[in-house]
Amino acid sequence: MNWFTKTFSSTIGRKIIMSITGLFLCSFLVVHLIGNLTLFKGDDGVTFNLYSHFMANNPIIRTMEIVLVLGFVFHIYDALVLTRRNKAARPVGYAENHPQENSTWSSRNMGLLGTVILVFLIIHLWNFFVPARFGAAGGLEGVVIENVDYDNLYLKVVQSFQIWWYVLIYVISMIALAYHLIHGFQSAFQSLGLTHKKYTPFIKTFGVVFSIAVCFGFAIIPIYFFFAA
Amino acid sequence: MAGSNPNAKPMDLTLKIWRQKDRNTAGQLVTYPLKNISPDMSFLEMLDVLNEELLVRGEEPVAFDHDCREGICGMCSLFINGRAHGPERGTTTCQLHMRHFNHGDTITIEPWRAAAFPVHKDLIVDRSAFDRIQQAGGYVSVNTGGVPDANEIPIPKTIADKAFDAATCIGCGACVAACKNASAMLFVSAKVSQLAMLPQGKVEAKTRAENMVAQMDVEGFGACSNTGACAAECPVGISLDNIAMLNREYLGAKASSENV
Repeated sequence: MNWFTKTFSSTIGRKIIMSITGLFLCSFLVVHLIGNLTLFKGDDGVTFNLYSHFMANNPIIRTMEIVLVLGFVFHIYDALVLTRRNKAARPVGYAENHPQENSTWSSRNMGLLGTVILVFLIIHLWNFFVPARFGAAGGLEGVVIENVDYDNLYLKVVQSFQIWWYVLIYVISMIALAYHLIHGFQSAFQSLGLTHKKYTPFIKTFGVVFSIAVCFGFAIIPIYFFFAA
Repeated sequence: MAGSNPNAKPMDLTLKIWRQKDRNTAGQLVTYPLKNISPDMSFLEMLDVLNEELLVRGEEPVAFDHDCREGICGMCSLFINGRAHGPERGTTTCQLHMRHFNHGDTITIEPWRAAAFPVHKDLIVDRSAFDRIQQAGGYVSVNTGGVPDANEIPIPKTIADKAFDAATCIGCGACVAACKNASAMLFVSAKVSQLAMLPQGKVEAKTRAENMVAQMDVEGFGACSNTGACAAECPVGISLDNIAMLNREYLGAKASSENV
């Protein structure tokens, strides 16, 4: 192995990849949420459908889509490798253990929370991304905006969130995401060695506010459409 | 006994202790009732009392690590009632006193659990993995010659204090024992940053960070999840800031050292 692969296959190197991809995925959440807020425009989805058309066809967005997929792949792959290593590091467990005395639940269960988010991601992609992008899973109905045909993704959103258990899956997943981010956001800065007594308290507070605000923003969408119907 | 509390009543306890003949034999928790324990005893003195009783009965005494019994050598260990070094914070097992327990308590005593710390016998684990990590770079190379003057190299007070805080690590392994990943990051970070902060240690800082982390990975310790359990259970209060510094040192060394 050369120095580069050695670095990023070490335990610290893998944590650095976890941090960088994690923070990158946080930036994706912000973009995604801002786009989703067009759902609340109250124009029967005109703005949202134009926005989703742009996202599906713009070449820069399409390139970033590949980067985004790579971000997920590296984040998940390194999580699996690290989890396997961490389990192997303690083959015999304790008969009595009280970790709640020394650490938070979310910090100890990032893998579990991540798995919940991954299952949600698959459901979410199947529901919205696959029909919008590939026309699969039944495809989307058309809609005419200023004499041009567009896919009516807005209608799909409205219909999906009439189903109570669908709304429930979304809300629970966003709670899991919030807990994942509350630990993950500040943890990423620690793994990158970016700590300083001037900035770390702000990063920690910002991380909690960011996690709750973003996940609340996502969760309010299914709740709004469920009760607006 | 001087300083003892005359009102403290002796207590009866039930001990559940991990017994294991040797590295290759399976172990199990064995229950021992123990009567008439003074609350003024240290935890290790309580185990001494048990061992005397076991010897009188012709049974094998419980093997456990201990040396200075003053909280500075890092020899004692023990996972007591689900906590490294017992329920008190900032305390080694030898400095834990029986007054923190109650009459009638059941106390579970287990060895540190980590693949890198195999059980030798009963409560004694092999912590030589820490020695090998230290040998990989936890030192400053000094050529022989005349004795240098003290304070010849100026070091700012704030840096000297931070380096000293890191240097207080006694290498007991509680960080590994408490970590859900059995990670040795707090130990390694204390040893790396202690020297990386000082002018004498900066000379070899890059190879030190690279070699000590490489050895840590070879020994089979887990990765750091930043749960903070290590620092919370550390008897001498080593800070998580050291782990951030190790991450910084390691990445910087990997990016710029001469080792390709």
